[in-house]
Amino acid sequence: MDSIRKFKHQHFAHCETGVMSALLKYQGLELSEPMVFGLSAAICFAYLPFLKFGNMPLVSYRMFPGHIVKKFPKRLGVEYFRKTYKDQDLAMAELDDFVENGRLVGLQTSAYFTTYFPPEMRFQFNAHNIIIIGKEGDEYIVSDPVFDHIERIKTADLKKARFARGLSAPNGLVHFPLKSPDAVDLKKLIKKSIKKTVHMMLYAPMPWIGIKGISHLARHIVKLSSKRNTKYTRHFLGNIVRMQEEIGTGGGGFRFMYAAFLQEAHNTLDLPVLKEASERMTAVGDRWRMFALECARIVKNKESRIDLPEIAQFLKGCGDSEKQIYRMLKTVK
Amino acid sequence: MKAKEVPQDDIKTFKGFGTKAMYAVDENGQYTRIPTSGWEAEEVVLRDVVDDFARLTAEAKSRVIKGETSPIEYYMNKYFMDLPALAAGMALAQWRVKRHFNPKVFAKLSPKLLQRYADFFNMDVADIKNIERKI
Repeated sequence: MDSIRKFKHQHFAHCETGVMSALLKYQGLELSEPMVFGLSAAICFAYLPFLKFGNMPLVSYRMFPGHIVKKFPKRLGVEYFRKTYKDQDLAMAELDDFVENGRLVGLQTSAYFTTYFPPEMRFQFNAHNIIIIGKEGDEYIVSDPVFDHIERIKTADLKKARFARGLSAPNGLVHFPLKSPDAVDLKKLIKKSIKKTVHMMLYAPMPWIGIKGISHLARHIVKLSSKRNTKYTRHFLGNIVRMQEEIGTGGGGFRFMYAAFLQEAHNTLDLPVLKEASERMTAVGDRWRMFALECARIVKNKESRIDLPEIAQFLKGCGDSEKQIYRMLKTVK
Repeated sequence: MKAKEVPQDDIKTFKGFGTKAMYAVDENGQYTRIPTSGWEAEEVVLRDVVDDFARLTAEAKSRVIKGETSPIEYYMNKYFMDLPALAAGMALAQWRVKRHFNPKVFAKLSPKLLQRYADFFNMDVADIKNIERKI
């Protein structure tokens, strides 16, 4: 129970970055959520028409879930513990051991089984991240970064949530830092991560990733006009907005969070280009928000005639202004 | 986005569950985390999906009563799933789940498999079978 007293729950925008930021802080390494997000080069855009989720193609504004937990600690030089399980009872018993030893334990869970979620948000999403901070009787005490208060979950429910099946199944994943490095070369890490992001957004060799992905999606939206039934179109546009704005993105499909990272990077490196890039990234985030609003309007009014070329043009505009920012960031060396 | 422009639309889905966090710029140009009670745009698109599932659930319900499908299809829609999601979650092939929609096949489901469905839908086995009371 010691861990509960020492640990102060923090409210974050996104689950994975929030968990990572909170766990590292507890280990004595203080990095803000935008810093974790930026340094792990997690911003992205992906439109994967062949990967269907609820009959809708996958649209994502960040690297695939699990990327940060998997890659970030190593990049940072943090000694990190990660373990997945086949045996569910063993997984729960070991979790109890960790908790008893006063550890904060990062877990991957399925939103479908996290009982404290709003019922209408309990979709089959297997890559939610939470921190277990204690146990009382049959209940675990949960610090869920996207909620503003401490939650609780029953043992049986948590077990199901840890062993949900399907796409990106958690397999009972537990993770936490063991030892933070003596020093972190923040300047070097920032430069390296920006380079990675620029490369991904501008030069990914696939047409579905980065700026190319945005244009690809825009072209596809124009083609939707051949559908006689506007319901599919509505759902398609709604799906984009959900991936962009629903819980866990910090608004504007992570663009505001990345702008916050660029601002912090500017404070560290004092390069004027970073300041300008941050401001422009904020403007792009606002533009994405306007795009979302336009799509939401179409969904709400259930219009029979949808001006798809205009929507597509708007989307392409978002991509074009983002492209200029990454071009600017290329000069950060 | 400016901190004071962060929407506070008090959306229905998140009501009673607290706030979400967003990143916005304060009056000094510094990024900060701002709690929000939600944005109507996100609510509209979520509502559209939820309403669609509600319609499918109601349709499935009347077909269960007419004996045209099994409660499995009803619960699938009720918990916002399509066939691939349910099959993946249950670790069954899609054709098998689809077969379980057949009331005759459903009536003969093994207790073990029925228990797995019940666990997945978070309910008692008796309630799955006793649709009169539950649906």
